Amino acid sequence: MNSTNRTVVVTGIGATTPLGGDSASTWEGLLAGRSGARLIDDERFADLPVKIAALAAVDPSEVLPRPLARKLDRSAQFALIAAREAWADAGFTGPAGEDEQVEPTRLGAVVASGIGGVTTLLDQYDVLKEKGARRVSPHTVPMLMPNGPSANVGLEVNAQAGVHSLVSACASGAEAIGYAMEMIRNGRADVVITGGTEAAIHPLPVAAFANMMAMSKNNEEPQKASRPYDKGRDGFVLGEGAGVIVLESAEHAAKRGARVYCEMLGQGLSADSHHIAQPEPEGRGIAAAMRNLLDSSDLKPQEIVHLNAHATSTPLGDVAEVKALRQVLGDELDHVAVSATKSMTGHLLGGAGGIETVATVLALYHRVAPPTINVDELDEEIDADVVTGKPRPLPAGTVAAINNSFGFGGHNVVLAFRTV
Amino acid sequence: MAATQEEIVSGLAEIVNEIAGIPVEDVQLDKSFTDDLDVDSLSMVEVVVAAEERFDVKIPDDDVKNLKTVGDAADYIAKHQVAK
Repeated sequence: MNSTNRTVVVTGIGATTPLGGDSASTWEGLLAGRSGARLIDDERFADLPVKIAALAAVDPSEVLPRPLARKLDRSAQFALIAAREAWADAGFTGPAGEDEQVEPTRLGAVVASGIGGVTTLLDQYDVLKEKGARRVSPHTVPMLMPNGPSANVGLEVNAQAGVHSLVSACASGAEAIGYAMEMIRNGRADVVITGGTEAAIHPLPVAAFANMMAMSKNNEEPQKASRPYDKGRDGFVLGEGAGVIVLESAEHAAKRGARVYCEMLGQGLSADSHHIAQPEPEGRGIAAAMRNLLDSSDLKPQEIVHLNAHATSTPLGDVAEVKALRQVLGDELDHVAVSATKSMTGHLLGGAGGIETVATVLALYHRVAPPTINVDELDEEIDADVVTGKPRPLPAGTVAAINNSFGFGGHNVVLAFRTV
Repeated sequence: MAATQEEIVSGLAEIVNEIAGIPVEDVQLDKSFTDDLDVDSLSMVEVVVAAEERFDVKIPDDDVKNLKTVGDAADYIAKHQVAK
């Protein structure tokens, strides 16, 4: 049972994002080049320098029954919605054990959030101040703990092989998926449900990110604010939602006749050790993660045809990523169709690795790269083939795609997938 | 005017409906909060706090463990509520 170096495949996907309440509507929005950003209709944001965000297209209160929703932080609500879709999409009809296709002790859950239950924490602090200690919800701790989304998804599917919550700011979702892959590779699990979620659209995080000069202040044209690679980019637009996939050993998937989207080839990890929040301008750490991926997997540079870039729309970060890729891939970068889907979804922080992995998997499955919107004038420092305007078909044959995620703290995660 | 037992039970039913999603008609005197009404120990705290507010009564934590059924809670509230 505990074989190593097992092939890992993707058998299910789910999402709830600023573009749609499931993965199909999200994918449709990505291909259509739709922006999910808008003015936040909430008077608490009236005096903030940033009044825009990419809010979830479908509010979780419309999906989850109220008694369940009131016990879950919004980040866990998104995670649960995306996880339910991914679980059903993988062909499971109930929790492990009840559905005999997977044993509970061979099932893991690894769902990450960058910030955790920040809105619960802040809202309950308001309750404490305004209404007193007795009124603070007894659900506050399980709601605000950063492992809440993972724990709730684990409970939902009856995961007993291990439930984990990796935290690395905006790389959290991708780091979770990489860890999930390792759980299968090293024999701890046959199936792992994994991804990222975030729900941090509250005046405090928005004010804090704005004061870091990290966010776009284009309140006049919200849909044009997130513009990775464009010369006029001025920071990211905060998004919310979740993306979750089901990873499975190839043998397990074959045994139960599961539909396979693609193979998950590997991951590359590194740390900048440069600054707590600034990207290292030459992309040294990103290049190291990319090399690590190439060294530790059988991915060949010539088979990479698509990149879902981290590209958050910040002046420094977008350039450093492309420099790093050019440094490692050289001319092989020329046949990589680069998509910055944050131009449409905004930046979901810990959720980004989740929804962008869903986008990467679908790009390979349907063989089409989504566009990057709002590139009116490509920054000349971006020496890469950015897909703009409309979606671009990807070549036939065996091809691979990578998904980058980097986080405050200098965390770099590169994930790789290949068609089957 | 203190609430009548009927008012207390219908008030508790509305609270349990809000917190646990149980239909109000299912919240009867003999029903156990945990076994019949899907109210776990954390949600029971919510029920208690909502009942305190609604019926102007204090229910100390030490007394909460004795409130197994809707009837237990209704009796407790009827006995301890502050007459208006």
